[in-house]
Amino acid sequence: MKLELSKVVQGCRLGLLTAIEQTAQHSLDVPGCLLFTHCATVPHLTQDTLHTLSNLPAVTQVTLNCLAEHHEVLEEFKEGVRKFAGLHDTALYCSLHDSATTNPAGHITNKTVSVWGSGGRMELTVAKFMALQAAIKPDFYQSMADGETWQANTSRKRVRKAVDRTLAHLDECLILHQKTQELKQAKIFGVVEGGNILEERVRSARETAKRPVAGFVLDGFQSAAMKQDLRSQLITAVTAELPQEKPRLLQGVGRPDEVIACVEVGVDLFEGFFPFQVTERGCALCFDCTVTTDPETAGTSPSTVLESNEERPVVEEPKENGDSCPENMTRFEMNLNDKRYREDLRPLVEGCSCYCCKNHTRAYIHHLLVTNELLAGVLLMLHNTAHYLRFFRALREALANDRLQDFKRRVLQ
Amino acid sequence: MAAVESGTCEGPAGMSAVKRLSHAAPLALRILAECPVSKARACVLTLPHGPVNTPVFMPVGTQGTMKGITVEQLEELGCQICLGNTYHLGMRPGPELIEKASGLHGFMNWRRNLLTDSGGFQMVSLVELSEVTEEGVMFRSPYDGKEILLTPEQSITIQNSLGSDIMMQLDDVVSSTVTGPRVEEAMHRSVRWLDRCIAANKNPDRQNLFAIIQGGLNADLRKACLDEMTKRDVPGFAVGGLSGGEEKDDFWKMVTLSTDHLPRGKPRYLMGVGYAVDLVVCVALGCDMFDCVFPTRTARFGSALVPWGSLQIKQKQYAKDFQPIDPDCQCATCKRHSRAYLHALFKSDTAAMHHITIHNISYQLTLMRSVRQSIIEQRFPEFVRSFMRRMFPSSEQYPSWAVDALASVNIALD
Ligand SMILES: [Zn+2]
Ligand SMILES: [Zn+2]
Repeated sequence: MKLELSKVVQGCRLGLLTAIEQTAQHSLDVPGCLLFTHCATVPHLTQDTLHTLSNLPAVTQVTLNCLAEHHEVLEEFKEGVRKFAGLHDTALYCSLHDSATTNPAGHITNKTVSVWGSGGRMELTVAKFMALQAAIKPDFYQSMADGETWQANTSRKRVRKAVDRTLAHLDECLILHQKTQELKQAKIFGVVEGGNILEERVRSARETAKRPVAGFVLDGFQSAAMKQDLRSQLITAVTAELPQEKPRLLQGVGRPDEVIACVEVGVDLFEGFFPFQVTERGCALCFDCTVTTDPETAGTSPSTVLESNEERPVVEEPKENGDSCPENMTRFEMNLNDKRYREDLRPLVEGCSCYCCKNHTRAYIHHLLVTNELLAGVLLMLHNTAHYLRFFRALREALANDRLQDFKRRVLQ
Repeated sequence: MAAVESGTCEGPAGMSAVKRLSHAAPLALRILAECPVSKARACVLTLPHGPVNTPVFMPVGTQGTMKGITVEQLEELGCQICLGNTYHLGMRPGPELIEKASGLHGFMNWRRNLLTDSGGFQMVSLVELSEVTEEGVMFRSPYDGKEILLTPEQSITIQNSLGSDIMMQLDDVVSSTVTGPRVEEAMHRSVRWLDRCIAANKNPDRQNLFAIIQGGLNADLRKACLDEMTKRDVPGFAVGGLSGGEEKDDFWKMVTLSTDHLPRGKPRYLMGVGYAVDLVVCVALGCDMFDCVFPTRTARFGSALVPWGSLQIKQKQYAKDFQPIDPDCQCATCKRHSRAYLHALFKSDTAAMHHITIHNISYQLTLMRSVRQSIIEQRFPEFVRSFMRRMFPSSEQYPSWAVDALASVNIALD
């Protein structure tokens, strides 16, 4: 795995991640996001509907909580999850948990971590964890980690323990990794823990960086867990300890404003769960992520972003009475459950070229939500994924053209 | 097959080449082949939104959507006509909005043909306390509790707003297990309501209205209904009031009686029938069109239809079964995914249902295409025999009603 940085502007790293897998077919632009899945399927989507989207990320994320219960099946299958799931053209990253859901705390021991699948909790030792990776055959994967320090009021002692355990797990994983024939081509990412304690974060980063890992997973920064100021401060300290040439993947952060802030402190990769969460609450991303084109550079760089719209999409404002907003709804989305869209025959976002916006209206999506039809999830997931990927493209373009501040203003307005 | 078919027809203007059967009706039926043994036939039914190859199975998209499948996927499956339910769509989002969105075609962005039911069946079956009078069906809205009267005129007004290519008359639906004077009353009333529906149709040049033959399981009443209704100049006929829990022996006799008396030149639609064996037998009895929620509903519970019956993909036995649902199936699901993967995915995501839905629609449409091809190639009886051999482990398991029904049209099973 190789990260070629083409530009570093005010802490933001613009570049290309190559040689992700052995055949080196795939590359991933950074800053960028992975393709989020449930059991290797983008939620709601079949391969046909997924591939109505262009420029999909070259890396698909699978999670152990979905796959652990199929361990025996995967061992018998022998050819890894990519082939098992009928995926062809993608690299595979395996993480421990699904960032779209929160797990109950209190199940971690010195030797084990727990994941929750459809049949309940499964306890994983390092040996079991590595046997699973051998059956899954990802191109890169997150090392086993004690990531239970995201909750507020976690004691310093508990945080220190999490850092120690995570380093111990990593060392064990690295030993088994070497011995496992099936993982010969795979890369391992070390996990930086440390909760909200600066010294522990630095220690975790410094120690992890000493190990032969291909990249880093920054864990325990979940949106609900901490304010962005603190997150930025901690990540700044962490990335200062990490080698420039290795990628940093941040778990649990997906909101556009937080993504930008984390890119500014040196994060390269994000998980793609945010569009899924937006979809599940019946909402559609509609924030402006255009980059105003500088007249001098206009036409010189291929524009991957939408032309600036005359009319800005209606962004929800919480109403005094009437329909209440779904829980956790952000200001980057519109609530299609709202009656105001009942007769709105416009696409979700004017000018969006996704399958949903090209073919369907807000009124239709509203109808599908009201009648509880499965197609609502399909269409919203298509649009939200398209919009989110467009946001990352625009972010990279803004970095390339030194227009980050302008871009930020637009996204945050 | 393509050689014997007419070109695609995008609108009424394109139909001038084919003789219209009903005066000014936007429908033409061209019979391509008739089975020399049974009553089976293969036709091209040309409607305002393109041709429909019959015999045809029509998937049901109750709320203006096909259960998680996009219209593009439905088109790719080769679906030429699907159903929308007037009762549901009339309630939500309502005819006004659908009209504003250029009809149901525009609202759901479906470019091919649509058939809508009258709404009556849903009222009687879904809504408690519905009451039928000569005026119409009175029921209480499940959404706001208001009393609503659905008259034949209103049903057609809503269906005119939906803009379907085929509308169904409002009929007086009686459960097929009811006997006595109520059945006769319902039959006569359905005839009177047909006349009111015909008079109410504002778009006879764009929307076809089908009559529904009633009469329960009483051959005399069926015959009387057929006599009356075939006097009317409607573009097509449905056989209604069946497929509601009656004995299969009664069911097929009513079907074959109906097709015996329906005009050869008009399409025959058997309502609510969709099990593979029923489809094949009823094609032999002379039906052209079928609909049923079963293939798409059962898909959501993980039941995949195959030529030998069905597989319950959620059962443990498929957890390590790495073959496709049906190795011979050409659908997107079978081309890419194994039973084992679908089994695993069912525990994680709704996309698993979409995969089975696609497969099941593909199964139904492929079955009907094979039936049709065999009729065109004059080998339908042989097709039926091999279909039955594949579906049942042995001839002892053939349902006797199917054996009898097929024998009645000279198809002997081996
Ligand atoms: Zn869109
Ligand atoms: Zn299939």
